[in-house]
Amino acid sequence: MSEQARVRRFEQVALPHLDAAYNLARWLTRNDADAEDVVQEAFLRAFKFFDGFRGGSERAWLLTIVRHTCYSWLQQNRPAEVVAGYDLEAAELDPAGLDPTFRTADPNPEIALMHQADEDLLNEMIAELPPQFREVVILRELEDLSYKEIADVAAIPIGTVMSRLARARKALQRAWSERGAQAARHGA
Amino acid sequence: MECEAVKAEVHGYLDDQLETEQVAGIQAHLRGCAACSAVYERQRAMNSVVRQHAHYHTAPHHLGRAIRSNLRALAAVERPRRRVAWGWFASGAAFACALTLSVGLTVFQLGPRGDGLDRELVAAHVRSLMADHLTDVASSDQHTVKPWFNGKLDMSPPVVDLASEGYPLIGGRLDYLDDRAVVALVYRRAKHPINLFIWPEAGTVAPHVETRQGYNVVRWRQHGMSFSAVSDVNLGELEAFQKLIAADTTGGD
Repeated sequence: MSEQARVRRFEQVALPHLDAAYNLARWLTRNDADAEDVVQEAFLRAFKFFDGFRGGSERAWLLTIVRHTCYSWLQQNRPAEVVAGYDLEAAELDPAGLDPTFRTADPNPEIALMHQADEDLLNEMIAELPPQFREVVILRELEDLSYKEIADVAAIPIGTVMSRLARARKALQRAWSERGAQAARHGA
Repeated sequence: MECEAVKAEVHGYLDDQLETEQVAGIQAHLRGCAACSAVYERQRAMNSVVRQHAHYHTAPHHLGRAIRSNLRALAAVERPRRRVAWGWFASGAAFACALTLSVGLTVFQLGPRGDGLDRELVAAHVRSLMADHLTDVASSDQHTVKPWFNGKLDMSPPVVDLASEGYPLIGGRLDYLDDRAVVALVYRRAKHPINLFIWPEAGTVAPHVETRQGYNVVRWRQHGMSFSAVSDVNLGELEAFQKLIAADTTGGD
């Protein structure tokens, strides 16, 4: 195959997933310019490894490379954000401490009215999750990947996908409920 | 099913990722357990909030364009070697043989690794432009750039500032070429970046000029160092740059 034909075939496979690639990189780096750098580098890497791609989900394949490029970039530029060497599965997800049991007394999330401020807050809450939890939320809720695909992309067992997702959601829901309770106290 | 088991699997249920028999067990439990049912409803509501309101960052238009042009640049740099191979194997035409022969002769004249090295130099130059990773240390101050390399390499590169001559220093970075870590100093001529690659190599060799894929490469050796300047500036300007660097480089620096 000529080099140009190889480029064309790669573009047909990879470019339809550019938004997915950018979305994941943007959520992991939390910055537009950094996400663009990472995505450009990831596409070059993907092109380099393209001959090794043997079918399957093209989006999951590309996202695996994007994710890996993101973590390399974070390790190099913001190592403090990538928590390594401690037990993630046992970690507290927010400073207030995460209740390991369901708290049925919590008020329901108020979803009827979603103001811009609420939306901003929700996005901040997701952005503040550790990257290993943030990514499963993004891959599941925004990319609608299956647990199996997320397991492949993030290189973790399916059980870990489910437990991280559960803990991330509980943390979000808790923070969201607190915001609802606060709003109620302030008469908003 | 116990509440504990349901708690462990309710997310899989929510995401429709469970086996049929697990689903049936959870559904039966939720019907009979108000507490778990409330938990499930709350999580379901939260998920729909996230799905509707979490920001989906779509790629900016220029990113797709940048990726396409990166790939084409990369393919252009990779192409020559493949084309020669194709000429050998796929075509018996005398023209192709003659072409291949002349390419072979050029390689021979350049020395055993001249051709491959020029290709690597151009590839390193293109890579530095498209990965947006031109510099590790961005500074126009030679006294900032030079010490940055301390401890990173077994040499201290000569760093000269040529701003007054129209070739301002932009910065430096470590690069990897010809199976070794090398110094890359970055200069600019108008809008055009110039990569100056430096590594230790004995001997003195006069400047040698090569043009490859639209990039000009000037290589020379002096004071125990090998220098290679790569840029898309015209050859005259790159040769002028070479003379300035050569004149300002002293053995003791």
